[in-house]
Amino acid sequence: MSRQSVAKAHEKIQELAWDPLYHSPVSQYGTDYTFQKAKKKDPLKQVLRSYFPMQEEKDNRVYGASDGAIRGNMFRQVQPRWLEWQKLFLSIIPLPEISAARAMPLLFNTVPNPELHNGQAIQMIDEVRHSTIQQNLKRLYMNNYIDPAGFNSSLRNFQNDYCGTIGRQFAEGFITGDAITAASIYLTIVAETAFTNTLFVAMPAEAAANGDYLLPTVFHSVQSDESRHISNGYATLLMALSDEGNHQLLERDLRYAWWNNHRVVDAAIGTFIEYGTKDRRKDRESYAEMWRRWIYDDYYRSYLVPLEKYGLVIPHDLIEESWNQIWNEGYVHEVAQFFATGWLANYWRIDPMTDEDFEWFEHKYPGWYSKYGAWWENYARLSVANGHNPIALEDVDYVYPARCWTCMVPCLVREDMVMAEVDGQMRTYCHEACRWTDTVAFRPTYQGRETPNMGQLIGKREWETLYHGWNWADVVSDMGYVRDDGKTLVAQPHLDLDPKKMWTLDHLRRCPPLQSPNVLLNEMTPEQQAAFHADYVRQGPAGRPAPAA
Amino acid sequence: MTTTAERSAPHPAFTDAEAGAQEFPDSNARRYNYFTPAKRRQSHYEDVTVEVQPDPRHYLSQGWLYGFSDGRGGYPLEWTELKAWGSDRPVPERFPGSGGKGYDWPAHGWHEFRDPNEEWELTFYRYNSNVVRQINQNVETARETKAFEQWTPNWVTFVERNVGAWMHVEHGLGLYVFANAQRRAPTNMHNNAISVNSMHRIRFAQDLALYNLTLSEEIEGFDGTAHVATWNSDPAWQGVREVAEAMTTIDDWAEAVFVANVVFEPLVGELFRSHLVQQAAPGNGDFVTPTVVGAGEHDYAERDLRYTRAMFELLTDDREFADHNVAVLDRWLSEWTPRCITAARKLQPLWSQPDAKPPRFEDGLDRAKNRFAGILSDLRLQTPKELTQ
Repeated sequence: MSRQSVAKAHEKIQELAWDPLYHSPVSQYGTDYTFQKAKKKDPLKQVLRSYFPMQEEKDNRVYGASDGAIRGNMFRQVQPRWLEWQKLFLSIIPLPEISAARAMPLLFNTVPNPELHNGQAIQMIDEVRHSTIQQNLKRLYMNNYIDPAGFNSSLRNFQNDYCGTIGRQFAEGFITGDAITAASIYLTIVAETAFTNTLFVAMPAEAAANGDYLLPTVFHSVQSDESRHISNGYATLLMALSDEGNHQLLERDLRYAWWNNHRVVDAAIGTFIEYGTKDRRKDRESYAEMWRRWIYDDYYRSYLVPLEKYGLVIPHDLIEESWNQIWNEGYVHEVAQFFATGWLANYWRIDPMTDEDFEWFEHKYPGWYSKYGAWWENYARLSVANGHNPIALEDVDYVYPARCWTCMVPCLVREDMVMAEVDGQMRTYCHEACRWTDTVAFRPTYQGRETPNMGQLIGKREWETLYHGWNWADVVSDMGYVRDDGKTLVAQPHLDLDPKKMWTLDHLRRCPPLQSPNVLLNEMTPEQQAAFHADYVRQGPAGRPAPAA
Repeated sequence: MTTTAERSAPHPAFTDAEAGAQEFPDSNARRYNYFTPAKRRQSHYEDVTVEVQPDPRHYLSQGWLYGFSDGRGGYPLEWTELKAWGSDRPVPERFPGSGGKGYDWPAHGWHEFRDPNEEWELTFYRYNSNVVRQINQNVETARETKAFEQWTPNWVTFVERNVGAWMHVEHGLGLYVFANAQRRAPTNMHNNAISVNSMHRIRFAQDLALYNLTLSEEIEGFDGTAHVATWNSDPAWQGVREVAEAMTTIDDWAEAVFVANVVFEPLVGELFRSHLVQQAAPGNGDFVTPTVVGAGEHDYAERDLRYTRAMFELLTDDREFADHNVAVLDRWLSEWTPRCITAARKLQPLWSQPDAKPPRFEDGLDRAKNRFAGILSDLRLQTPKELTQ
């Protein structure tokens, strides 16, 4: 068998497919897309006979490197600033990976192409690989890095933390709702094809610069599978484009998927790369530069734009707006500032920025210091408990933001915040595109067309609501973010592990109670709500209060 | 004199961020602390598997965020009729000021399942790589030594049609029963085990297809497409096909796994593979086919059945719903046992096709029934009366 060519073997395994004669398979997932005119072919010629040894060889390299990292005392040179953010990242990412595995059956009955099902089944088990290999990497960090807190509790914390909830969209969006919207457009066409470039290529490069060569080892191995998944998505997209009735839905789904990925992935990965690094060489790429290269040029211009000739309506305006958010509106900086503001509700430690960091930011993002410098100086000043409260509860010219109902990142570019009353509740959105997602896209009709299979946004989407009126010490205890002495917080706004300098529940006990912006908003009269909105959009940048009228 | 510009590279720094470098709260807390291990120590498998799939009944405080059009998100427990203890308790209600806590972990009995094979990516790829390597070597050696020339003519026909037809069973169940079911169970432990089962079957289907391709190249007159006609229209195979297709119609994920691994496999799968192909091949000059088929047989008998037993034992022994589960499983047995027996009996003409005959069909079926009854006994289930058909 070894002499057989891959093409011949692939052709042979196409004989495995059969159409049912006696019973129709159960239909558990619906779509509003149709596939009546589509040509059927599988661009991915992968046969398990060669797939398994290939993956085993990749594993051997990964685990060999892991062994080498431990033997070579890699952790003597790892930057804690970097590894602390991995407590968040590695608590999030195994779920999106395994959700991608779970998403594949959504396509079996909805995409009538048995040739593609083979590739989707291989993607399924690839994703099991990714999820467990990432859990294993986190386990290795937990066992060998100086501070295991946050790694050791990561999956409980991921499930009840507001950052985890933001990241969870990048998983649940794959497995529910319209099968094509979820498992094809959101997952493979946008998340995998566009944003894994920053997740699995750009970020590992930054890890290496911070002394961590295991993250690149694992994630480049993961990324080598992604190219096959991208082929799955591309083949499905071409099939969908064959039916003109799908074009309207494709336009909707690309807008939703693009914008949501931008809001979620750029928030997280942008923060890790810009604020989690100690590498401040002026010629190293900033996240904005990486984004321009990996997403704008490689994905948008090289992948998406050529599909216009097949009738795909590309959300050019949202792609340009995403760049505007990153470059002109400081989206990543606003998010990082918010994460640091809310450090006490997290499960990792956030290092203050230094003069060297300030200089780099100013070089890469001219005007950065005048917007964010003073706040980060306050962050450093307030980082060690000394009779004051955490920065979120001190007067540092920062207004705690309302949360976006759709993407669940707070409304940080204040001028963009919009509000809408939906299902009897006043909701805030970080941008018009997020309002559109909730009020227009995720509905059973779209532009007058019935879309009965479209999913719903559900759940308690504002984290603060759950703890409205609670004392902060009780909030942190309820979530389980306390170390094994029963009082020291897992999270700290600095990297000093001297117990005398670490914040405890006692420090939080004296703070004012947590207030939910959304609960407060819904207690207001319509006039008060209008005034709240008018004030909010005049706030910022860097969360500053609106100037006096 | 030429000068070389200094290359820009990050500078390594000594950070002393190794485990044990300092003592502080949690400095020695080096185990995942959000679940209770099945045994005294947490296994590597548990560490990479447990809790990856969240549950609003314990830690998932904000609930599922995306739902289907009916508003249901995540992995509803109602996707199977079976129940584990705690299943009937409502999802904890969260509201303004409620806090985030749910029930104490595990909240319900589904989370107690562990795959006894402890499959995760490292074990999975090692195992399957070994299998495909071994099959490749066996077939390549047979080809080099002209072993296929020893086959009797009727055996060539038997393999091209019947061994070939079995690839369709594996492929159909792998994709449309098992890969489908791995979206639907309530924990990551269940879904990962089921996805591994799916890949065993898809791999075995491809093993048979590529073996068929080799035989087309090596044996003059071997019809590499005969398996398609056999699967589509040979009356002996239509019972197997009917029941294989029927399994793809099952909505309940646990029923699908139970029917495929507890009912169909012993009564039909092992009957065909172990009691016909494996027994008949040597007498007809074939030592190669049993090694290919044996790999699939090993997947089922030693691994897939093993996790299936553990999965359903927990349910028939459940502290709250054992009786309910046994009643449901009995009903499934009543429905599917006769269908599988019918499919098995329709295969009977195959036993007379080889020149060198295998043990009698009825003897093979008796052994298959005994095996089936033994599995049911392990699960504390009664042998259904339909088995006597």
